Amino acid sequence: MIDIRIQKSNFDPGRQLARLEELHAGAVAASLSLVAAGEDVRAVTIEHYPAMAKRELARIAGEAEARWPLTGIILIFRHGRLLPGDRFALIATGARSSAAALEACAYLREQLNARAPFWQRVLPADAAAQAATRLPAAHPREA
Amino acid sequence: MLVDLLYFGELRAALGRDSERVDPPSHVLTILDLVAWLSERGADYQAALADRSRICAAIDLEHCPVGDSFFGAREVALFSPVRGL
Repeated sequence: MIDIRIQKSNFDPGRQLARLEELHAGAVAASLSLVAAGEDVRAVTIEHYPAMAKRELARIAGEAEARWPLTGIILIFRHGRLLPGDRFALIATGARSSAAALEACAYLREQLNARAPFWQRVLPADAAAQAATRLPAAHPREA
Repeated sequence: MLVDLLYFGELRAALGRDSERVDPPSHVLTILDLVAWLSERGADYQAALADRSRICAAIDLEHCPVGDSFFGAREVALFSPVRGL
């Protein structure tokens, strides 16, 4: 089972891992990526190349499936506006042996890290204040 | 040869556009040629494409080295390095 999702909405990692458990795998491995928190980051916008992302994620999952005896792979990537601490991506694998699940998960993480066509634009923490500061200057011209 | 160009990441932000259709001359064969040709179109392109080390590309949805030819391609994407996990 290979399940690949590229979506705006949040996801429940526990529910996704349970789906792999239901395949009667001996082991499940996962990597959950979050939007890094930082004092200077108010929010981020994740953009992606939709047609290429779908194809590249499927290709990478296929490579992992060919190399390890897996019962399942789940890849979920989010796009759109996210806040620090929000879930960004989930990589999860199920296999009869923990070694296979862990190795496949590590491989997927390495390849997706280098090849998944997603980009991040940071909205600095002071952007809203800067925007608010600029507004009064423009307002008199509209009056 | 008409080619659809797509921009992502820092390039999209720097150029202020996400796509355009171009018709490069016949001597423009590789992605690097294309970047050099685009850079001659104005100061905004020149600035956005100045750091060649941060330009990545895909031809018809496939990652490729910037030295590759895009002859016959329908779609070329130019972008900064991907976000990573």
